[in-house]
Parts: sequence; structure tokens; C-alpha cells
Amino acid sequence: MDRRESTTMQNRPNVELMKAELAEPLAEALKEKVSIRNLDFFYGDYRALKSISLPLYDRKVTAFIGPSGCGKSTLLRILNRMYDLYPGQRAAGEVLLDGRNIIDAKTDVNLLRAQIGMVFQKPTPFPMSIYDNIAFGIRLYEKISKADMNDRVEDALKRTALWDEVKDKLHASGLGLSGGQQQRLCIARSIAVRPQVLLLDEPTSALDPISTAKIEELIYQLKADYTIAIVTHNMQQAARAADFSAFMYLGELVEFGTTDQLFTRPRESRTEDYITGRFG
Amino acid sequence: MNDDTCLALYARRRRFNRLAMTLSCGATLAGMVALVWILATLFARGAAGVSLDVFTQMTPPPGSSGGLLNAMFGSLVQTLIATLIGTPVGILAGTYMAEYGRNTKLTSVVRFINDVLLSAPSIVVGLFVYEIMVQPMHHFSAWAGCVALSILVLPVVVRTTEDMLLLVPDSLREAASALGAPRWMVIQQVCYRAARAGLITGILLAIARVSGETAPLLFTSLNNQFWSTDMNAPMANLPVVIFQFALSPYEDWQQLAWTGALLITLTVLMLNIFARTLARPRSSH
Repeated sequence: MDRRESTTMQNRPNVELMKAELAEPLAEALKEKVSIRNLDFFYGDYRALKSISLPLYDRKVTAFIGPSGCGKSTLLRILNRMYDLYPGQRAAGEVLLDGRNIIDAKTDVNLLRAQIGMVFQKPTPFPMSIYDNIAFGIRLYEKISKADMNDRVEDALKRTALWDEVKDKLHASGLGLSGGQQQRLCIARSIAVRPQVLLLDEPTSALDPISTAKIEELIYQLKADYTIAIVTHNMQQAARAADFSAFMYLGELVEFGTTDQLFTRPRESRTEDYITGRFG
Repeated sequence: MNDDTCLALYARRRRFNRLAMTLSCGATLAGMVALVWILATLFARGAAGVSLDVFTQMTPPPGSSGGLLNAMFGSLVQTLIATLIGTPVGILAGTYMAEYGRNTKLTSVVRFINDVLLSAPSIVVGLFVYEIMVQPMHHFSAWAGCVALSILVLPVVVRTTEDMLLLVPDSLREAASALGAPRWMVIQQVCYRAARAGLITGILLAIARVSGETAPLLFTSLNNQFWSTDMNAPMANLPVVIFQFALSPYEDWQQLAWTGALLITLTVLMLNIFARTLARPRSSH
């Protein structure tokens, strides 16, 4: 995390400039996995997001911060088209996943969601066994043998550091786990389907400090394989876990940059006011 | 405010509290007394007639001994078939209302009509089935009885299914959708599972409701003194047997009516208790 160098950034970051200024290992990996371009979002007639443009870099963690109601969760829920479940909600603009616009009506939302996993604020284990909680997502798009399934479930639970805690009760209900375990189960469930992008919507706001630390550790390990976007109210968390941060306010993207730059040398006074606790 | 007004106010509230408490306790007691009285009478009169014969013999002609086997069988079969017809339709309708058409006009119309059906007098349902089935077929039949009972099962199941599915938090639906599960799979594998206890409770309550219904059967399956498994013929059933035997002047018939009433009451009581234990939220720790 201390590899980051100082960088000056425009609202739309200049990737070439950043590559030059950042240390080699980081720069080498900088590829836009998701490109959000001029994105607007409407709840009925209310315009909740105003022309947002922002990249999510491949295998990096990007944090969305800002006061309540600024649109950060809304933005996250566009990336897997969660808003499609609710009539009257509508997005306009472009969200390119590997160059393909997922806002397009022709996109199959179910296939898209299998590629873009999401973990919610409150743990949402399904009312079934721990094993089935994970197998559920895998079974949706894959036909694999029982032995392979066992491996996949074990792998997902190991990656979320849950295996040792639950290996003797895989067939007990997922509802019987503690809050922190449930949340890790939900992350395990999301990564078991092997998505490319992982969206975390305030994943630790309902958890105690120890569970929170475990999940942050997990996020750090997961970014080796996934592009991660995280919404958080906790600025220490953004500073600890994220490579890039975006500060949003009243539906607008105020500032985007490396976490280091945004927290130590914010360009916008509104960003500085927020991170120093003067409002929000 | 001075101390005197304060005390006066306090005293008045205490008096009012005591009055409200007395009234509500009295009302509860009145309800309990009525229930206990009914149960006690039923047990006292009915238990005397319980014997092996009740479960092995057919309903007798006046003056000879017999049992209730054909009536119990008829009630069981007709309730079962009515449940098999009414439950799937009810669950699917409830699913539409809670999952697909949550805020649509159709749902509010269906909900209103369903509530009307829920409180419709069961004799009206009996007359309705008499008109559409018994009249055209020119005879009473067990099928007609099943249809009449299924119409009574339907609104109970629709109502509980909708209510129970609406209790499933949207966050669970979102979580399943976020994995890429299509809508029908979210409903079938996650929502139904989360609401399972409630859905089963609804079905059990529907069974409990129809197993004591007399009026709709009087016009449809009527009664049959003999053993019959022919669904196209009239079929015996406990409520109608109780109705006829209780009104008769023969003492052995009256005894069988008491016993039958006890059996139905115990069945319904047990179904209700079972439904209650199911509906109780399981403690998760």
C-alpha cells in the first residue's frame, strides 16, 4: 500500500500520466475494467446521478465515499443493473465492461450479474445450508460433478477464511452463523461464481471491529483476482483498503484520484472539508 | 403546575387504568369460559361414545349400532382433494400478487375480491357449486363437494401466501438476483424457502377451516349411509352426518354425532396447534 507515488490528476484521470508517475508494478496493471461515461440516473423524475465519469481499474480497489444520499450506492447498483428490479428507475449514459455497454437494453441482466458479484450492507444468507448458500450461485450457470462442487465450495470458504470455522457444519443453516461469518459467507457466495468485478455496498457497516478487520484483509487478498468497487462511510476504511477513491456529493463526482492523493492532497475544497470532518 | 393538579391527574389515570384493565380481563375471561365450556361438554358427551366401532363400522340405520368410518373416510378424501385443487392455485395467485404484480391495479382488484371471498358465507359457495355442478349432472357427487371446499380453501391460501411472501425482505431477493438468478428461480428457491413455515401454516389453517364446513357439503356431496369410494356419487362426511344425527330423535345417532363432533374438534385443534408451532420463528443463534 505504500507503493503509491504522488500524482496530480484531472477529473478524468490521465492514464498515461499516471503510468509514468506511478511505480512500475502498479502501473503495469492499470487497465480500465469498467468505464463509466456521462452516466445519469433517475428515480422517476428525480435525477440522482449527474453525468458521472469514472474508471474502475482492473484488479484494483476503488472506494466511493461521500455523505449519505450522495448517490454512491446508486452508482454501485447501476454496475450490476440492480435497479432493473424496480420499475421507474432508469440509467442513461455508458457503463462499459471490457468495452461493452451494460446499460444497453439488449444486455442479459442475469448473465451480467453472474459476471459482476455484489455484497450488501446487511448480511443476506439464503435460508438454506452453508454449503447450498455457495452452491446455489454455481448451479445457476454450471453443471459440475458433486466432487467438483465440493472443491468449489471448499475453495470459496477457504478464500474467505471461513473454512475452519464451518467445515464441520456445512449442512447446518447459514442463518445460524454470526453476523461477521454471514457476511463472509455472502462474499464467498459471490466469488464462488467467479465474477470479474465485485461490488461491495458498505459491507462492514453492520459488523464489529474484528469482523471488519477480517473483511478488509479479505478485500486486500481478493484484489489479486478481482476488480473491486466498495461503498463506505468509513473514511479510514477507504484509506486502508482502496487504491483509488472517488468523492461524491449531491449526485456529482467531485473528485477522483488515488486514495493517497485524495486523502492527503485533495484538489477540491469540498473533498477536503468532507475528509477532515467539516461536513457530512 | 401545582402538586394538587398533578396528584388529581395521576389518580384519575389510575382509576381509568383499573377500569380498562377490568374490562379487558373480563372480556378475555368471557371468551375463555365459552371455549372451555364447549370443549368440556364435547369431551363429556363425545368421549363416552369413542370405541373401536366408531373407527371400523359404517353409519348405522336408527336403532342399531355402528360407527363413522364412511363419514371419516369421506371427509378425509374430500378435504384432501379440495386442498390439492385449492392450494396450487392459491399459492400461484399469492405469488403473482407479492412478486410479479406488487403495485399493479390487477393485484389490488384481486386482493379485494379475495377478501370478499374469504368472508363469504360458505352456504353461498355451496349453492354456487350446486348450480354449476349438481344441477347439470342431475345428482349430488363427491366431486362437487371437493370443488365447493376448494373454493373455501383458495382465499385463505391466497391471503397467507401473499402476506408471507411480502414478509421476505427485498434484500434477500436482491442478493439472489445479484448472483444472476432469474426471477422465477429467486422466487422458487429463495422466497418460498424463506416463507416456507408461513406458507405451510396457511395451508394447514385452510384445511382446518374447511374440515368443519357443513353448509357447502349439504348442497354438493350430501351424504351416504354406506361405504362409497365413487367420486361421482354422494359421499358421506362428518359435518353432514353430525348435522343429521344430532337433529334426529334417536339416542344412538345423537351419541355418534357427539363423538363425530369431538373428533372434528380435536383434528382442527391439532391442526391449529401444529400450524402455530410451525409459524413460531425459529431462534437463530
